[in-house]
Amino acid sequence: MSEIDTSQLISKTTGRLTRPVVASRARQNEFARRTFFVFTLLPVFLILTVTVALLVRSWPILQAYSLSDLIFGDVWKPTNGQFGFWPFILGTFWVTAVGVILAVPPCLLTSIYLAEYAHSRTRSIAKPVLDLLAAIPPVVYGVWGLLAIVPFVDEVLAPLSDRWLGPISIFSVNQPTGFGILAAGIVLAVMIAPLIISVMYEIFSTVPNDLRHASLAVGATQWQTIRNIVLPQVAPGILAAVVLGASRALGETIAVLMVVGNIPQVPTSIFDSAYPLPALIANNYGEMMSIPLYDAALLSAALVLLVVILIFNILSILVIQRMRSRKWA
Amino acid sequence: MGLMKKKWQRRHIVEAFIKFMMRVSLVIVAGALGLILWIVIVRGLPALSWDMVTKIPEGGYYMGKGGGILNAILGSLYLAAGGTLLAMIFSVPIAMYLKTYLGESKWGHYVRLSLDVLWGIPSIVYGAFGFTLMIALGIRASLLAGIIILALIELPIMTRAMDEVIRRMPVDLEHAALALGSTKFEVALRVVTRQMLPGITTAILLGFGRGIGDAASVLFTAGYTDRIPTSLMRPTASLPLAVFFQLGSPYPEVQQRGYAAALILTIIVLAVSLGSRWLSARLNKYTIK
Repeated sequence: MSEIDTSQLISKTTGRLTRPVVASRARQNEFARRTFFVFTLLPVFLILTVTVALLVRSWPILQAYSLSDLIFGDVWKPTNGQFGFWPFILGTFWVTAVGVILAVPPCLLTSIYLAEYAHSRTRSIAKPVLDLLAAIPPVVYGVWGLLAIVPFVDEVLAPLSDRWLGPISIFSVNQPTGFGILAAGIVLAVMIAPLIISVMYEIFSTVPNDLRHASLAVGATQWQTIRNIVLPQVAPGILAAVVLGASRALGETIAVLMVVGNIPQVPTSIFDSAYPLPALIANNYGEMMSIPLYDAALLSAALVLLVVILIFNILSILVIQRMRSRKWA
Repeated sequence: MGLMKKKWQRRHIVEAFIKFMMRVSLVIVAGALGLILWIVIVRGLPALSWDMVTKIPEGGYYMGKGGGILNAILGSLYLAAGGTLLAMIFSVPIAMYLKTYLGESKWGHYVRLSLDVLWGIPSIVYGAFGFTLMIALGIRASLLAGIIILALIELPIMTRAMDEVIRRMPVDLEHAALALGSTKFEVALRVVTRQMLPGITTAILLGFGRGIGDAASVLFTAGYTDRIPTSLMRPTASLPLAVFFQLGSPYPEVQQRGYAAALILTIIVLAVSLGSRWLSARLNKYTIK
């Protein structure tokens, strides 16, 4: 869009119009345009400031230790000056992976149902349900996890898994408390579901109906149409929705912290306790100024989270924006 | 013929099966909401009392003695209201500029992208950032620091909410005003603002709801205290942290009150969420579509 400089246009072409009122209105417009423009720089400026501030504060520890020592070191004893993030990185990864794996199949099916099958009345009920689910604060999810999911894992899922899947190491029950990766994964799956469903739903509605009609007209069933026509068109968008959900799960703090057990160990089973990075930061902010390099270590954990989430977010949002503005010839 | 018939049957069985699985998924998602609300109500209601919402913690409160969490309720309201107000000051001009001056231009595209990216940054990172900011400026955990960080968290949510609503404004309206000789600023001020009203209302309530429930960021920036804050520079309690801290207590009475605090928080958030739907539906009647 080209911006027309009103004041110049008026003075050059029709000199008669440069009455004081018109000129002052044009000046006012120009002033407003500049002020508003400065405001729009704010989001970009914020992203940069947050990144730079965390980088500056975590610089001391990046200087003192090599990157591979920090990432792959598995001893965490800040009082001895040992900062190995490996158990925490793995904990974050496991919790996020379990959450996403549990969330994706029902979310995909629900969004297909809402976009392709559901009556408009069902849709108008589902929308507020998803909005409410998205509005519930993380700490309330944590309470739910503590009261419902942890006992459920402890009393139902763990014995079942022990009986039927025991020999497979990632399903073996080593610490029967209920607190652990599976409980955190279930809570996370419910937390990220509204986001994933609404993004997927939106992606499905970008596909024009002509394509569906063409397929249905030659005798395909609705599911055949979706599988062979709609899904291939939106596959990148579906993947982007999943990545977006994963990036939400990566940074979730309070709800996970309440059910994951918080034991710094390298997990081997989904019933093990873990200690994800956000929980590490939240649990130790109090004493981080009292031990040398501790604050730098915790803020570098925040920096790592931020960078990974920024990359995930930017990639998935670009894909979603492209799908939204796609031209259908 | 036989072959065709077999094929016909199979794909229809698949169709029915998939449809059944989809309905099951929808029920699971809706059921999760029901289950969360049910658990919070059943466990929170018995401990909920008038004292909880009208008194601040008395001596020995954290060992099960008398008092309530008025400090946290008021603290949370101050935090969320302050954060929303501060975020408004920046989000309204950005949304307006996106509509009137940028539209679907390239720079508009980048601004929206950066807002969406900001939206995805988790609150623990904002909290850590707030912490570095407080060290740099030499201020302690306070209501003001909490308000600033919540405003940063709410800014992208509110701006995008307004943007999505105002984008649907018919372009004819804008053209009509421009054809009468208005400048773009006058269009923004006199036409867009009115059309934006439902969007602004939704955005305020959405931002407020997000702000009042956020725990990880206020943990770093607002601190916790048993008193009701009297100044912006004092630390303040908040509901999410009241829930969190009381659940960590070994005393069952205190844990019970944690559940009650969770119920209070849930009621506030649900009221705000439902209120925003109702209000935006009402206000939408007065906009031109």
